[in-house]
Amino acid sequence: MELYLSTSDYLRNFDRFIGGLSFADPQKLHIASHPKWINVHPAVLAFTATLALTVGREHVEFDDFTASSAHYLDRMGLFNFTKNKSPYQIAHNEPAGKFIPLTIIKNSTDQSQFITDMIPLLHLPPEKTDPIKYTIGELVRNVLEHSYSSSGAVVAAQYYKKTNTVRIGICDNGIGIRQSMNKFWHPKDDIDAIKLALMPGISGTTHREGGTEDNAGAGLYFIKSIAQVARNYFLIYSGSAIYKLLLHDKRIKNARLHPDPNDEKHSERNNAPDFHGTLVAIDITLDSDARDFEKLMGDIRESYTLAVRERKKLKYREPRFA
Amino acid sequence: MKKIIVYQDAGEFAENKDVAKRWREEIILPELAKNKEVEVDFINVTGVTQSFVHALLAEAIRRYGDSAFDNLIFSNANGVVREIIRTVYHYMQESLGDAEENKL
Repeated sequence: MELYLSTSDYLRNFDRFIGGLSFADPQKLHIASHPKWINVHPAVLAFTATLALTVGREHVEFDDFTASSAHYLDRMGLFNFTKNKSPYQIAHNEPAGKFIPLTIIKNSTDQSQFITDMIPLLHLPPEKTDPIKYTIGELVRNVLEHSYSSSGAVVAAQYYKKTNTVRIGICDNGIGIRQSMNKFWHPKDDIDAIKLALMPGISGTTHREGGTEDNAGAGLYFIKSIAQVARNYFLIYSGSAIYKLLLHDKRIKNARLHPDPNDEKHSERNNAPDFHGTLVAIDITLDSDARDFEKLMGDIRESYTLAVRERKKLKYREPRFA
Repeated sequence: MKKIIVYQDAGEFAENKDVAKRWREEIILPELAKNKEVEVDFINVTGVTQSFVHALLAEAIRRYGDSAFDNLIFSNANGVVREIIRTVYHYMQESLGDAEENKL
């Protein structure tokens, strides 16, 4: 496997990152990078660490990092996943970070502890943190319950002051979304599986509306909605498919939530290198307050309930007229 | 009336579904089976996930319907928590018929 860390591996340019990715030799991972500057989304790091876990750190190698910003990889803990030690010497107790380094979460106890510990790392006021806790809580829970990943979930996040945004990546090397949805829904390909998983009320654990006693099929729809309303990117990569929520027009003040992911402004592809696992990435702008989050939850409730009702109508029996 | 204090085991941000499942199985379903009230107290809880609330309440609504609505009482829930509880209440009511269909 090979990947290339470039100067702007953000969600907007994610196709460029995919362009430098190859799974040709699945036994080892080679990490190359831009010689002068590296700028990567935490999701790219979570993805890289997940591939490293898949091949084993003994089989991970990297070129000499010559970029002046490459010490960021050390701060984020990437060299904990590689054979060679970090070429950097950084004092890790500096308080100015505002980032969550690569972290492996394997069970719900780890998860609860992580959610308690992560907010101080980001140095954010408590009233701004609900969407972050919500997003990480639901996405990690998805991995633990549905991915069957032996390595758990790999999480990383970074706060960007200039845009007042937290960028989050969560990745696993489990069965992928298509296999997870296949038991009850039989998606025709990977992109169809991702879109099914994004539909409110459709769970990989049952055919039944309302889900099972433990799962509703709502988690990803909530997360996509949090991103959409705040005009942020949201991306899922699983198998050979990538679904990316694009930014809606700035002039739209009250963006409408769309239960069907096809109705969102988005890009999709079904020809990416076949990734055995799932990567979810999201940017969350922190301009809103707790009241905005409450209103968003109300909007999601309305769109969700309406979607379930409309789908139910499709099953109505019609009268027989002679 | 039995009372669940969410903060005690689930913390200020309630997302651990294992805790929700335990309360569902050990307190909520047995009490509703006896047609008794259960209070779920969200004091000191700043947020919850939809998954947590679903794991806590969905089966009670599916199994006991109106009796669950009458006997479940939520206290000290902030605006976000209320919206998420309402969400689970609404979509579960939309799907009640579907549950019966599936039993046939």
